[in-house]
Amino acid sequence: MTVNKKDVLLSLRDLEISFGEGKNKFVAVQDVNFDIYRGETFSLVGESGSGKTTIGRAVLGINPTSNGTITFNGTQINKKLSRHQEQDVSRKIQMIFQDPSASLNERATIDYIISEGLYNFNLFDSEEDRLQKVTQIIEEVGLLPEHLYRYPHEFSGGQRQRIGIARALIMQPELVVADEPISALDVSIRAQVLNLLKKFQRESNLTYLFIAHDLSVVHFISDRIAVIRNGRILELAETEELFNNPLHPYTQALLSAVPIPDPKLAREKKLLVYDPKMHDYSVDKPSFVEVKPGHFIYANAPEEEHYRQLLDKQAQGVN
Amino acid sequence: MTENILTVKDLSVGFQVRGKELKAIRNVSLELHDQEIFAIVGESGSGKSVLTKTFTGMLEQNGSITHGTIDYKGKRLSDLKKDKQWEGIRGKEIATIFQDPMTSLDPIKTIGSQIAEVIIKHQGKSKSEAKKLAIELMDRTGIPNAADRYDEYPFEYSGGMRQRIVIAIALACHPNILICDEPTTALDVTIQAQILELIKELQREYKFTTIFITHDLGVVASIADRIAVMYSGEIIEVGTCDEIFYNPRHPYTWSLLSSLPQLAQKGGDLYSIPGTPPSLYKDIEGDAFAPRNPFAMKVDFEAEPPMFQVSPTHFAKTWLLDPRAPRVEKPALIQNLHERFEQTLVKDNQLDHDVKVEENLEDEEHDRK
Ligand SMILES: Nc1ncnc2c1ncn2[C@@H]1O[C@H](COP(=O)(O)OP(=O)(O)OP(=O)(O)O)[C@@H](O)[C@H]1O
Ligand SMILES: Nc1ncnc2c1ncn2[C@@H]1O[C@H](COP(=O)(O)OP(=O)(O)OP(=O)(O)O)[C@@H](O)[C@H]1O
Ligand SMILES: [Mg+2]
Ligand SMILES: [Mg+2]
Repeated sequence: MTVNKKDVLLSLRDLEISFGEGKNKFVAVQDVNFDIYRGETFSLVGESGSGKTTIGRAVLGINPTSNGTITFNGTQINKKLSRHQEQDVSRKIQMIFQDPSASLNERATIDYIISEGLYNFNLFDSEEDRLQKVTQIIEEVGLLPEHLYRYPHEFSGGQRQRIGIARALIMQPELVVADEPISALDVSIRAQVLNLLKKFQRESNLTYLFIAHDLSVVHFISDRIAVIRNGRILELAETEELFNNPLHPYTQALLSAVPIPDPKLAREKKLLVYDPKMHDYSVDKPSFVEVKPGHFIYANAPEEEHYRQLLDKQAQGVN
Repeated sequence: MTENILTVKDLSVGFQVRGKELKAIRNVSLELHDQEIFAIVGESGSGKSVLTKTFTGMLEQNGSITHGTIDYKGKRLSDLKKDKQWEGIRGKEIATIFQDPMTSLDPIKTIGSQIAEVIIKHQGKSKSEAKKLAIELMDRTGIPNAADRYDEYPFEYSGGMRQRIVIAIALACHPNILICDEPTTALDVTIQAQILELIKELQREYKFTTIFITHDLGVVASIADRIAVMYSGEIIEVGTCDEIFYNPRHPYTWSLLSSLPQLAQKGGDLYSIPGTPPSLYKDIEGDAFAPRNPFAMKVDFEAEPPMFQVSPTHFAKTWLLDPRAPRVEKPALIQNLHERFEQTLVKDNQLDHDVKVEENLEDEEHDRK
């Protein structure tokens, strides 16, 4: 896939998201900086509670931000928008949820569920046009037109997730936030859904902000990956770079936990444990620095030096 | 180590659903060896949970054993009917850990008291002794400052810690068999890896037998001694961990292995099994996997295959093993699995790992305001 690096679709700068006020204030996400390029799959990985969903919800405008900017297509969107702008953004940024059962209105037909966005934004000329759009999308996600008049409970988990995808994609979004879209699914259905997401990306140059905890899936689907811990991005790089040269000890620990489906190697494997106390940030303060083109890491000056040396050593080893 | 602790023979289980019978388990036989880790894998609905529920008499009201026997240490479990007859076995000798730890914990009782309760009930200890043992168990399962955290409530624990407590409670009864039904599916990779390590370690120490259920073959590579693969209510292949990964014989096992995302080519599609599993309301003719099997032969649609023996420990239920069958190689994608992963691993290890390798299971506090 060729991604035009210049074309930034979404840009987060110094983003902070907090919950509560005063002494109950809890900063869930801080100093988040990254760009997502049009047509790429950008993944957020990190342990439970690290702030992945919180960032996704902020991009969708569901979580208010307490600092920093979110820019979409060149327009800042985390501020008061005109009605027109707001409509535009809420059509162009869509979401696919983790739990297909919880996210579908059980009492509505599939036809209504998929059309809801079209109704809300008046995106069809006539009833005929609407039906044509819905029929087309339902076939594209691998379901049948006859399914339109059924209810969600009549479908399997994988089929429900397809309905969720159809509902998002009928809006012709530019950015899709997919928050654990496959975690609730079985291995074989998981593959179908991932292939479907990739197909739409190829066909319409869709951009994904992909959130998942299964790193083997993330490895497969992502162009770039950001590793987040305790609300802070610790490392960001292109997928192969991150898997081949993980620099931050937390990233290394995370990667060491990925199951290897090979008994001999799996038995020998050592689980690395990350101890945040290893960083001494009392004198040298850390920041998010680029140690190699496109490879960013949260480090202070001595650590940065150390990481650069590691990369040099490795580059020499390869030559 | 091949002494059997549990023997299942020709077991079938049916559920009554609106006047029709759903056959969830069809003629399953298996032998559980003492102190092994036995993994059961297979896609959703294949019968993994139902099969193991029969070992503790936990089938729902509408379900029953329609055929076959389950023997455990001289007791015929398949004959037990009333809850009273299960007393002393269920939860005590054979314990189960489920996917969601929240469903097994009482939200309004402290963590410590829930463990102590079990110890008092099953081991007949005094209150103060039980507390001491509970703290010891919390410690063993990796809860930091166990004594201090004894009086905390479930909501004050993270998901991974709650799962450790569920394990601690299960172990408090000194079970002989521990059934883990997808215990890590809801957890993130780091915690998943820690829980797997923990189960392995505790098993060595407490010498129980483990049944580990998952739909993800990748998860069991590191912990299983043997693996059974289930498809639509049947065990279609069983063997040692190495046999299943390096010498799988059933086309369904091939498909499961092929679906591993670790095997997918970047930029290509993930392998996905075409079609859907058969309806469990109907009798299955021939090989249940035949309609989805690219290697299916005529006979697969006509006659049910027997279990063929591949090695003293390895069996597979596929006509491909019949001497008359043509020679079919497993798909290229899953050949040389070990060599392939060895290469990627070398690549991943190019940098010095300067992380300490140590047991540090502390859930450190959020280091933020
Ligand atoms: N509405 C809210 N009010 C208060 N705290 C919140 C709220 N939403 C999230 N948080 C907190 O913010 C932190 C980040 O949560 P978030 O849901 O973003 O994590 P996550 O990375 O998506 O985790 P998971 O992998 O478990 O989904 C957590 O500590 C969470 O408890
Ligand atoms: N009480 C019940 N009544 C009717 N059908 C049931 C009942 N319990 C289970 N089943 C059916 O029996 C079959 C086997 O279910 P089981 O829960 O064992 O699957 P599983 O392999 O554990 O799947 P999963 O990976 O989704 O947990 C399924 O088709 C299921 O719908
Ligand atoms: Mg989340
Ligand atoms: Mg189950």
